[in-house]
Amino acid sequence: MQRTLPILVVLLALLVIWYVGAVALNAPVLLDAYARNNTPFAWPEFILDAWNQSRPVLPSPHQVLIEFWNTTVLVAPGSKRSLVYHAWVTLSATLLGFVIGTILGIVLAVLIVHNDASDRSLMPWIIASQTIPIVALAPVFVVVTYNVLTGDNLLSHAFHLTGDTARLVSKALVSTYLSFFPVVVGMVKGFRSPEAIHLDLMHTYNASRPQAFWKLRFPIALPYLFTSMKVAVAASLVGAIVGELPTGAVAGLGARLLGGSYYGQTTQIWSALLAAALLAGLLVVAVDLVERLVIRRMGARPS
Amino acid sequence: MRVIADLEQPTAGTIRVNGMTPSEARVKRAYGYVFQAPALYPWRTIEKNVALPLEIIGFSDAEKQARIARTLELVNLTGFEKKYPWQLSGGMQQRASIARALAFDADLLLMDEPFGALDEIVRDHLNSELLKLWSATQKTIAFVTHSIPEAVYLSTKIVVMSPRPGRVTDIIDSPLPHERPLEIRETPEFLAIAHRVREGLRAGHSYEV
Repeated sequence: MQRTLPILVVLLALLVIWYVGAVALNAPVLLDAYARNNTPFAWPEFILDAWNQSRPVLPSPHQVLIEFWNTTVLVAPGSKRSLVYHAWVTLSATLLGFVIGTILGIVLAVLIVHNDASDRSLMPWIIASQTIPIVALAPVFVVVTYNVLTGDNLLSHAFHLTGDTARLVSKALVSTYLSFFPVVVGMVKGFRSPEAIHLDLMHTYNASRPQAFWKLRFPIALPYLFTSMKVAVAASLVGAIVGELPTGAVAGLGARLLGGSYYGQTTQIWSALLAAALLAGLLVVAVDLVERLVIRRMGARPS
Repeated sequence: MRVIADLEQPTAGTIRVNGMTPSEARVKRAYGYVFQAPALYPWRTIEKNVALPLEIIGFSDAEKQARIARTLELVNLTGFEKKYPWQLSGGMQQRASIARALAFDADLLLMDEPFGALDEIVRDHLNSELLKLWSATQKTIAFVTHSIPEAVYLSTKIVVMSPRPGRVTDIIDSPLPHERPLEIRETPEFLAIAHRVREGLRAGHSYEV
C-alpha cells in the first residue's frame, strides 16, 4: 500500500487531466455539430458527448481501453487487425536490434578500455552518432539496408534473406543504432570500475589481459551492463517503431500509428501507443528479472 | 613494499628479491601479497577467492581443491568455504586474503599494513595467529606497519623507515625468542626494542610539516 498509493494517486490525476482535456479539445467540433443539427445545449449531455465522439480529436481513456480490448482480446492474435500481431512484428525487430546493439556496445567498450587509440578515436564518433535525430536517419537506414539485402550483390547472395526477413533486419538496425550507445557508455564505466587494489592484485599474479578481463573487469561490470540494458531495451523499441514509420510499413505498432494518422483514427493511434508503452514496460521488467537472477547467482547481499 | 612487488619502480638503486629482480619475481609468482584491505571479489565465495590465483596460474582442479582446503585450515577458516565475503567479519576477510596469498606457495609473503583497519582485539588475535602461521610455513614474511608494538611483536628483524623521503633510519635484529606469547609485550626486553624503534622514528621525522 505504501508503494501503490502514490502510483494510484498519480494515475488518477492523469486520468482527470485526460478527461478534462478530452472535453476541451473535442468541444469545437462538437459545438459545430450541435449548431448544424440544432441540438439544444445541455451540460451533462455535452460532456458525455465530448467523451464519446466517433472521431475524436483526443479520445477519452475509456474509448482507448475499449479499442485496445477490441483489438487484442476479441480478435484472433494472428489477424492483421490484432494489436498482438502488430506488437509481435515490432517486438521481433526490437529484440533482434537489442541483442545486436548490446553485443556491439560491449565489443566497442572492450576496445575502448583496452586500447588508447580507440579510446580517443571511437568515443567522439559514438557520441556524435547520437546527436543526429533518429527520424532523419531511420529512412536512410531502412531503405538502404532493405535494398542491399534484397538487391543483386554479394551480401544478399551470402544471406539469401526473404523480403520479410530483410524488412525485419533493416528495422532492427535502427534499434541497434539507438541501443548500442547506453551499453557502450555503461560498460566503459563498468570495465573501468575495479579499484586500484583489485588491479594490483591481478598484477601480482602476473595475470594476462584476457585473464584480468574475464576474472575481474567483466564480472565487476555486470551491474552496469544491466542498468544500460534497461535503457537500451526501451530505446530499441522506439527504434523499431521509428523504423516502421518512414517506409509505409504495413505491419507493426509503427504501421498502426501511421495508419491511424492517415485516416484520422486517433483512437487507433492511442491504443497503439498504449500497446507500445505496455511492451516497453514488459521489456524493462524482463531485463530487471534477469538482473535479479544474475546478481543473486553472484552472491550479492540480499537487500 | 610496492617496489619489492614490482607495483612501483625504484627512483634509484637496485633491489633483489631472493636473487631476482622484482619483475622476475612477479612473473615467477615468487611472492604472495596481502593488501591493506582484503580486496576479496564480492561475487566469489571464500573458496573461489582463494582459487583465484590458482586459476590464473593454471592448477588442476584436484590440486586447487587440496590447496584451498590446506590454506583455509592454516588461517582457521575451514567451514567458511561457501560463504561470500560480506558474510564474514573484517578480521575473517583479511584471513581469507592471507589464505589467497598463501595458496600458490610462494617463498615470500609481503604484507602491507594488513591489520591496519582492524580493531585492537582482532589485531592482537591475528598477530598471534600470524606467528603460528609463520612457524608452520617457515616462509619469509615482509610486514609493513605503523604500530610499534606490532612491529616488535612480529619481527625477527625490524627496519625503521622515516616518512617523506622514505629512508632507513635503523635496522634492529630482535633478540626475542621465536615462541612469543602475547604477554611478551610487557617484558623489559620487548619495551627496550620498542623504545629503540621509537627513537629511530623520531630521528627520521621532521616536525615542520
